[in-house]
Amino acid sequence: MQTSLLLDLTADVCGDRKALGTLADGLDFAAMRNNACAAAAWLAAQDAQNAVFVGLNGNMVPVLMFASGIAGLSFVPVNYRLPDAELRKLIARTAPSVVVVDDDMLGRIEGIDGTTLITRSAFEARFLLDAPTDIDAPEASENDIAVLLFTSGTTGDPKAAVLRHANLTSYVMSTVEFLGAEEDEAALVSVPPYHIAGISAVLSSAYAGRRIVYLPAFSAEEWVAIAAREAITHAMVVPTMLDRILDVLDKTGETLPALRALSYGGGRMPEPVIARALNALPHVNFVNAYGLTETSSTVALLGADDHRIAIASDDPLVRRRLGSVGKPLPSLELEIRRDDGSCCKPEEAGEIYVRGDQVSGEYLHKKAIADDGWFATNDGGWLDSDGYLFVEGRLDDVIVRGGENISPGEIEDVLRGHPDVVDVAVLGLPCVSWGEKVAAVVVTRSAEPDVAALSAHVKAQLRSTKTPEDWHFREELPYNETGKLLRRVLKAELAKLD
Amino acid sequence: MEIKPGSRWRSAVCDAQLVVVRPPKQAGELQCGGVAVLDLADATAATGDVHPDFAGGVLIGKRYTDADSGIEVLGVKAGKGSLSFDGRPMQLKDAKPLPASD
Repeated sequence: MQTSLLLDLTADVCGDRKALGTLADGLDFAAMRNNACAAAAWLAAQDAQNAVFVGLNGNMVPVLMFASGIAGLSFVPVNYRLPDAELRKLIARTAPSVVVVDDDMLGRIEGIDGTTLITRSAFEARFLLDAPTDIDAPEASENDIAVLLFTSGTTGDPKAAVLRHANLTSYVMSTVEFLGAEEDEAALVSVPPYHIAGISAVLSSAYAGRRIVYLPAFSAEEWVAIAAREAITHAMVVPTMLDRILDVLDKTGETLPALRALSYGGGRMPEPVIARALNALPHVNFVNAYGLTETSSTVALLGADDHRIAIASDDPLVRRRLGSVGKPLPSLELEIRRDDGSCCKPEEAGEIYVRGDQVSGEYLHKKAIADDGWFATNDGGWLDSDGYLFVEGRLDDVIVRGGENISPGEIEDVLRGHPDVVDVAVLGLPCVSWGEKVAAVVVTRSAEPDVAALSAHVKAQLRSTKTPEDWHFREELPYNETGKLLRRVLKAELAKLD
Repeated sequence: MEIKPGSRWRSAVCDAQLVVVRPPKQAGELQCGGVAVLDLADATAATGDVHPDFAGGVLIGKRYTDADSGIEVLGVKAGKGSLSFDGRPMQLKDAKPLPASD
């Protein structure tokens, strides 16, 4: 099954519904399909295997994504924020390819062997027309790799995660209701095009019949302004975005009455932030989604009712679910396993494994999935006795202190509960006596943080072995543009100091 | 009749249109209104009558399954006929919609 089918079905049934852009001058589903078919015919005539995109998110991205699939090319959005040398190295790996590039980025990627460049403005002039003529799609192709996403590797070259048409269509058809969106629904997409959530938003919205509005580069002020102006009903944000959006709402008094559903994911959401969000936007349904690139996006979610029940509950076991990612999707299997492969009991932490049609678990030239279909996520986590999943973070980040496994997330959560703490990262540093020691990097409200008080705060709630021995204070912590804490950057900096 | 995932079909006796989500484990005939469905591209006009035993209707956006063969189809356009596979009536799949997460 091809991803373009998702668009075809919607375009056939309600082609005149708005698909992209503003209500005033957006494109409808029929125009989106016709543009995609025209672009596909052009792509198919090039001598290329991949359709690369280097640039900011916008209306031409879904057109290029669907066109690539129709033409039998793989869609490869790459991170334009990479340094030029790395960007050029990645693009060289996609040859033979067609590269659509933002006009102001063209100079950075000229002259790479095996690539045909076209500027975004030239592409849009041909394939982002309000009323394109009807055109038949080219013959279906054999290439079943729909999308390649380069994941930021910890060491060595980035790996190209493979998402096949079958993975993506299975994900969308099992999680989204066909034409389930009301005619007035609109989703605001502010994640970059090279993020899995940027891919799944396009496919899910097309199948649901929901209009997409792009925010090409995130700022909280702009996000709130567009959400209000375009009567946005749905949006997905990463935790750092939500915190800043709430600041803007406080400042401006905007209440976003049209907003119905706000999903968040892509990193650990601090409980104080989500509690604040539930208070500030009581009419909004919050959804916490957990997923990976290798799983075609979401594998578990905490729904709106779960949020409301948790925040209103006096039972600590129910209340803590606000920090969970909810229950696994009914269309897949999820297990927590010990190192020896056996399954963990409820409340016992291990590695999260998933299996299902949406799980690709595959990189170019390397399968990371077991023969029986199970994929090891490299995330640590546990299930409570009611089946709610708690994610502790990357297993690579686990601190091993004197043989004890310590999860940074648990200590960070406790520290965030201290009134002087604005943001915090906990990580392991090399240590002669214990192998690793626990270090905390903290952003505080006060100019002179009280180390003894912070230590006592952790010790009172966790064991003393989990109390950081090393304290560092910063103005801010490093995050990437999709809200992921750059723990390794911090670790490298601190290791140098030692 | 080669029933592949993503293949599209239309009823021979009503307005219903279908797409195959999961193919059957063994070959068989997909029927609507009691009559074999046609390839969507087939230009034959929808004539004949919906068989009274298969007149429950197809709804848009709903999924229908046959447990024996494992086939699962999605209603893409509504129609008066109901679906069957090799004569066995297909069942409406009762799936609670999930909230949008991306």
